[in-house]
Amino acid sequence: MLLNIKNLHVAINGKEILKGLNLSVNKGEVHAIMGPNGTGKSTLAAAITGRENYDITKGEIIYDGETINDMAPDIRANKGIFLSFQYPVEIPGVSMTNFMRTAINAQREFNGLEAIPAGEFLKKMEEMKKLVDINTKLTKRSVNEGFSGGEKKKNEIFQMAMLEPKLAILDETDSGLDIDALKVVARGVNELRSTDNAFVVITHYQRLLDYIVPDFVHVMYDGRIVKSGGKGLAFELEEKGYDWIIDQEDE
Amino acid sequence: MLKFAILFKIILNRILMSESKNENILDQVTNEEYKYGFYSDIEMDMAPKGLTEETIRFISAKKNEPDWLLEFRLKAFRYWQKMEEPDWALISHPPIDYQDIIYYAAPKKKKELESLDEVDPELLDTFNKLGISLEEQKMLAGVAVDAVIDSVSVKTTFQDTLAKHDIIFCSFSEAVQNHPDLVKKYLASVVPVTDNYFAALNSAVFSDGSFCYIPKGVRCPIELSTYFRINAANTGQFERTLLIADEGGYVSYLEGCTAPMRDENQLHAAVVEIITMDDAEVKYSTVQNWYPGNKEGKGGIYNFVTKRGLCKGKNSKISWTQVETGSAITWKYPSCVLHGDNSVGEFYSVAVTNNYQQADTGSKMIHQGKNTKSTIISKGISAGKSNNSYRGMVRIGRKAENARNFSQCDSLLLGDQCGAHTFPYIKSANETAVVEHEATTSKISEEQLFYCQQRGIDMEKAIGLIVNGYAKEVLNKLPMEFAMEAQKLLAITLEGSVG
Repeated sequence: MLLNIKNLHVAINGKEILKGLNLSVNKGEVHAIMGPNGTGKSTLAAAITGRENYDITKGEIIYDGETINDMAPDIRANKGIFLSFQYPVEIPGVSMTNFMRTAINAQREFNGLEAIPAGEFLKKMEEMKKLVDINTKLTKRSVNEGFSGGEKKKNEIFQMAMLEPKLAILDETDSGLDIDALKVVARGVNELRSTDNAFVVITHYQRLLDYIVPDFVHVMYDGRIVKSGGKGLAFELEEKGYDWIIDQEDE
Repeated sequence: MLKFAILFKIILNRILMSESKNENILDQVTNEEYKYGFYSDIEMDMAPKGLTEETIRFISAKKNEPDWLLEFRLKAFRYWQKMEEPDWALISHPPIDYQDIIYYAAPKKKKELESLDEVDPELLDTFNKLGISLEEQKMLAGVAVDAVIDSVSVKTTFQDTLAKHDIIFCSFSEAVQNHPDLVKKYLASVVPVTDNYFAALNSAVFSDGSFCYIPKGVRCPIELSTYFRINAANTGQFERTLLIADEGGYVSYLEGCTAPMRDENQLHAAVVEIITMDDAEVKYSTVQNWYPGNKEGKGGIYNFVTKRGLCKGKNSKISWTQVETGSAITWKYPSCVLHGDNSVGEFYSVAVTNNYQQADTGSKMIHQGKNTKSTIISKGISAGKSNNSYRGMVRIGRKAENARNFSQCDSLLLGDQCGAHTFPYIKSANETAVVEHEATTSKISEEQLFYCQQRGIDMEKAIGLIVNGYAKEVLNKLPMEFAMEAQKLLAITLEGSVG
């Protein structure tokens, strides 16, 4: 099992957001997490990636056989966890190229490898830029600076392609994207899917799941996963809305 | 050539660095008898504490100076006695007792250590982070080295190159002996003795510094650096530097070094004067990392510097580029007087303060001639409990037709206990002038740090990345080797400042 989350309780500033969440993800699988706003989807992403101020009050996150509750975020990343941010931040003055090379080399250093040779690095950049249909002009700019919403999301997938994570969490990657950008993002993800990695796709709408077809769909409500199913569940939600599940829960 | 440059750096630093914690200067100044009439006893290694006319005569006699220079010093001293320390800067410190300072100490041989094991481990740690090689480390720390490298031939090669072009580059003291006319002509022509309290003090007691004269039409082929001066001595305290570029001349000059510098003397008051004639250009780069005091704010150098360039000739240019990371207190406003028509003045600065450091620094651009241009790019970075102020003055004179100025002062705050302040002054007496000023204040957000961490970049590296990105515009102006060292230095200075 690549990711095993057991009875996870997470609080922010003392307020409990996740109230006993359970989730198992195996290599080769794509899991979709859906649910209304405010149910803790982004909190789940923050907890898995180790963001500060998201306090695990109970339960465990076991990644690749290791409990990572107290592990630093950069170590989690070096071990292969990647997050495609919902709102990617801008870092002025730091070029995408420099940023990417620093990240790749940090990972390589962690794994006892030498720094990536310049030629190899540039070749990879070219390859992945094509994959996500990202303009060379963007990689010359500072990280996310002046990027449009769509460009920012594509940039996230570009970085994912460069870093080749084992577990990729996509936090509402589809929000703010038009249909063309959506297709490009989905294509990028699908090309990277393999039997060695896994994806957790957090989304609000079913539409993305037409293009990134999940193996499992989970619905979150009030800090827990309240219903799981196959890809058909997404269609049911599309038809019936979230109230159907909420009503079931409240009963 | 690069290797030779490093060697010289080593030689100078070896002399300047105070490694022996057991040496106590005060122990050496014991005999009260010497206090009166000591100035004639030039066998003495240092002056007794205090500043009187006696002290000045002693210094001048020690250096075997001509009468006119002694008079210059005495005049400055008398002015200084009537002046008051400036108190308008955003700096606070316990009152300086000017009588509790030794104003002259001959260079002394540092005790040699056996191996790197005897060196302060924290110092070694810094050297490693700066990427300084093991050999260099040994020499910087005063460890005896089997000299395989022939240092004499290195000096000779360098001097030969300069001699070929008739470039004069030597210590200020040597210039007084060998080129007195030049010194007399230009000394205090840019920074008058009465300019400010610290300039007056420096003019009275200056120890040594650099002197450079670039003849007409000569483009100096190598970057000059203090480390190349053959008679480098313990000059840190009251350094006096004079650079003159004659018509069509060019020189790039480097001051300072990234390796942390300690000094027994806490008060530093330097004066640097630059003059450019028609079509001449001087690029002056500084990397300053004087001991900033400990994490509790105790100790540290007080650095009160007056640096000014006079673009005397038409089409002349003076650029100041500085990376300031050290000193407990920095008071410094490298400036340009744009006298010649079409002259250009530039100031690029990154000033970092951490822990309890205080900096009040900036630039003055004085536009006098026609079609003059000035650029000020100041990047302040504050961390810890420090205070960092930018103080700028752009003054456009009545006759300065078509003057152009662009100023940008940015502040970056790390943490929520530090301060950043901006005091821009603009005075224009000419309608055709265009003056632009931009300012930003920002923080490194937790979001930016987390974004980097989530990509596998640890906290320290992330701060280094972001800070260097912020300072890039200025770092790009430094000569390349300096720039790379400066990048590492920025990262090291800010260690432990977030989280």
